[in-house]
Amino acid sequence: MSERVLTTLRSDPGRLTTDPGDPQDVDEVDAALTLWVLHELSYRGFEDVSPDAEWEPAVLALRRHLQRDLEARLRARWPGHEVSRETFADDLMAFIESDDGPSVASYVHSHASADQVLELVRWRSIYHLRESDPSTWTLPRLTTAPKAALAELQYDEYGSGRPDRLHAHLFARAMEALGLSTRYADYLDECPLEVLEMNNVMTLFGLDGRLRGASMGHLAAFEVTSSVPSGRLVKGLQRLGMAEEIIDYYAEHVVADSVHDQIAVRLICAALAADEPDQAEDIFFGAFTCLDQEARFARAILGRWGVAA
Amino acid sequence: MTTLPERVLVCPGGPLLLRGCQTYTDGEGVEHAVDRTVVAVCRCGFSGRLPWCDSTHKRLPPDKRPD
Repeated sequence: MSERVLTTLRSDPGRLTTDPGDPQDVDEVDAALTLWVLHELSYRGFEDVSPDAEWEPAVLALRRHLQRDLEARLRARWPGHEVSRETFADDLMAFIESDDGPSVASYVHSHASADQVLELVRWRSIYHLRESDPSTWTLPRLTTAPKAALAELQYDEYGSGRPDRLHAHLFARAMEALGLSTRYADYLDECPLEVLEMNNVMTLFGLDGRLRGASMGHLAAFEVTSSVPSGRLVKGLQRLGMAEEIIDYYAEHVVADSVHDQIAVRLICAALAADEPDQAEDIFFGAFTCLDQEARFARAILGRWGVAA
Repeated sequence: MTTLPERVLVCPGGPLLLRGCQTYTDGEGVEHAVDRTVVAVCRCGFSGRLPWCDSTHKRLPPDKRPD
């Protein structure tokens, strides 16, 4: 399906068909790759695909079909969570902090080889080379208080006006120092389903205004579970004597995400839940989904490395 | 240190967020340069990056975390 979709996008996007066939017959990796390709049209697109394809009705119809399928699978994994208006921020923080999923960072800290770290960097590059972009789509969907807080968080992610401090740029410089390609998605073909899907999830939550709660809950879980693992990665990369640029990238996240997690939970998510109570449970759904996706990513890469997770 | 109320947020169990400071002076009178719009100041005392928070509080038992 992904091959057929890319070929049609290059020639005549209007001829895309909505029905990708019987779901039983569609390989899940192929479906995830197809959705990733269609989502990519809303970022920087492809050199050989017309920018008009982004808003082509046939493209949107197929994208919608695949997004609905993805969201249904995510909702089926979500056990639900009771939401309290009075203690929303503390409950959300505790919910995320209680996550005990497998940790890639702990393995990198003490055991991983340099080759394994390079593989991790290549897989992570699908997100980190456009770090923070999916959450930016949520900005105009928010009310005043959470909007101001998200803008403040994103301002820091985007380097506070300094291109050389933009996080995605810091990651690109680190990849360069490691001898890797910094061209976006150059390593997509080696990435498993778990990488494609975690990127599709972030784009889905960002693009669809209906899912603004899930988008911000995902952001909160991502930030809350970033600082401590980033510290472990710093120690592992130092142990391996890897390039300063990649060490600096994770060291930056130890401090930055100790700020961002509080902003995300207390100033974005709690304010969003207060202004729009119907979004409160979806905030937890988004947080759960982030943790769930990260756990699946960890099992995939640790499994590949022969480590029990 | 600027301490207008709207510029300070005490995070239960975690750090103190300060917004819009040029510098931060710690309890021993040492001045630290501030290079971001919002900074998180450690309140648990166990950070490896003092005076800044490095999320060490997340690994502490509940009774060791700041109120």
